[in-house]
Amino acid sequence: MATYAGLYALLALGLNVIWGMGGMINLGLVGFYALGAYVAALAALKLGVPMIVGLALAAVATAGVGWGMALTTARLRGDYLAIITLGFSEVVRLVASNEIWLTRGTDGISGIPGPWRGRLTPAEFNLLYLSLVILALAAVLFVLERLRRSPYGRVLRAIRDDEQIAEVAGKPVRRFKVEAFALSAAILGLAGGLYAHYTSFIAPDAFVPLVTIYVVLALTAGGTGNNWGAVLGAGLVVFFLESTRFATAWLPGLAPVQVAAVREFVIGLSLILVLRLRPAGLLPERLPRIALPAAPTSERP
Amino acid sequence: MVNGLVAGTILAVPAIGFTAIYAVLRFPNFTVASHATIGAFAGYVANTAAGLPAAACVGLAFVVAGAAGVLNDELVLKPLRPSGALTAAIAAIALSIALESVLRFVFGNDLRGYDLPIRRDWQWAGLRIGPQQVQNFVLAVVAMGAVFGFLAFTRTGKSMRAVADNPQLAGLKGINADAVARLVNFVGMGLAGVGGMLIGLDTTIDPLTGFRVILSVFAAAVVGGLGSIPGAVVGALSIGIAEELSLLALSPAYRTAVGFAAILLMLTLRPRGILGERAY
Repeated sequence: MATYAGLYALLALGLNVIWGMGGMINLGLVGFYALGAYVAALAALKLGVPMIVGLALAAVATAGVGWGMALTTARLRGDYLAIITLGFSEVVRLVASNEIWLTRGTDGISGIPGPWRGRLTPAEFNLLYLSLVILALAAVLFVLERLRRSPYGRVLRAIRDDEQIAEVAGKPVRRFKVEAFALSAAILGLAGGLYAHYTSFIAPDAFVPLVTIYVVLALTAGGTGNNWGAVLGAGLVVFFLESTRFATAWLPGLAPVQVAAVREFVIGLSLILVLRLRPAGLLPERLPRIALPAAPTSERP
Repeated sequence: MVNGLVAGTILAVPAIGFTAIYAVLRFPNFTVASHATIGAFAGYVANTAAGLPAAACVGLAFVVAGAAGVLNDELVLKPLRPSGALTAAIAAIALSIALESVLRFVFGNDLRGYDLPIRRDWQWAGLRIGPQQVQNFVLAVVAMGAVFGFLAFTRTGKSMRAVADNPQLAGLKGINADAVARLVNFVGMGLAGVGGMLIGLDTTIDPLTGFRVILSVFAAAVVGGLGSIPGAVVGALSIGIAEELSLLALSPAYRTAVGFAAILLMLTLRPRGILGERAY
């Protein structure tokens, strides 16, 4: 469970780069997550590369796709990116379900190696993997916090708040947006790769649009624009998901389908409620204090 | 080709709904998917429980989905619109999932078919055409004709176009933007419901009916030019034909991927769409 929380925290951090800092949306998070998982799994099984190389490949592949997608829509309103990412996640699922020679279709890929799996007891493996995920999370968090405080993060926020002004100030807005999107996609792909090596089994069923909602909910509830908020939100969402799994056992007389429907409904509803009642999240964004130059000199680009 | 045209015509109905809502409210309302499903189930209940004929069910699908659309917008999306188009889009996805799970709660995941008289296909000049297809085609054309007539000739239709064109100017002229928003939601989601029902008539329905075609609907709207109603029709016909032609080269499973490819291609070459954003 804690490992899942870590994975969701990674996803929420990935979303935060573009949505929290850059004001761009990705409604196909799960597509990048799935792509990363499949790339890592196939790299391990078909090419036999070590896990770390597979994870790097996953991140590079998703970053490349994200780069292309952002480039296509960078000139347009954010709505187009929303539509195109949503479409992308569906196409990934279609390809994963139908290219049976590569992905074994809806049967999924099993037997993805994990580090020292088999030589450790399951409990030890879980612990080891948890620390691995925490390590990855800490690294990503460190980089993103640095990014947030850097001039680069400042420009991203400027673009989020007003693209035209950023453009007038001489910032290459399109390049920033594309780069941020690619970075975000790389984090999502990394999370996907970690997921594949953890569960050792991936199938298209695991990558439904609901996952995207979980991640958006995690970030929004935790605090859009705040990296720690993303981590907190992910923890809360996973805790909520796990606890409702037990709570639904108390709902008598419902078919399993109905129980699942109730859970999905609650998730959808809580995202709407958070957006409505506490749009800044539990940990609202805090802008880094910037020491103003003594004289009103113009900032170097 | 004929199949593609029929599929495109049916696709055009929800695509018009999506693009009309976009034109007036300026955000991509993804709940078109769930409202299409709501319409399909409303028609299903009317058809199987009350035994109404298909045409009457389509009317009912329009009213139920439209009413649900207005209600959902008032309760959920409208208060969020001031926080930006993308926030509203996120809420729309969440709402879509919530609505879908309500349907799943009530009806379960099973596939359901409409109770329709089975008729033999007509043979004509070497083509086989199902009467059901013809009926769907006619229903779709009638629905579209009604929308165009409404927009072109009635006062409310004209004020809707005015708001889409320039909300501030329309406000100055005394047009109530709230009323227009409600209206466009009713009509747009109603059309989505009709589209969902027409798709269901051809095949079967389940809680994911709307979601499965949504990619094609977006593609139709984007290819034709987001916000342009004639564009949505042109786009839907192109997507319908393209999906049909893709069967020659690709496996049927990739039908919906055609829409995605079309969006990518269009955004790269001509982002405004075939007819541009402002064409009425």
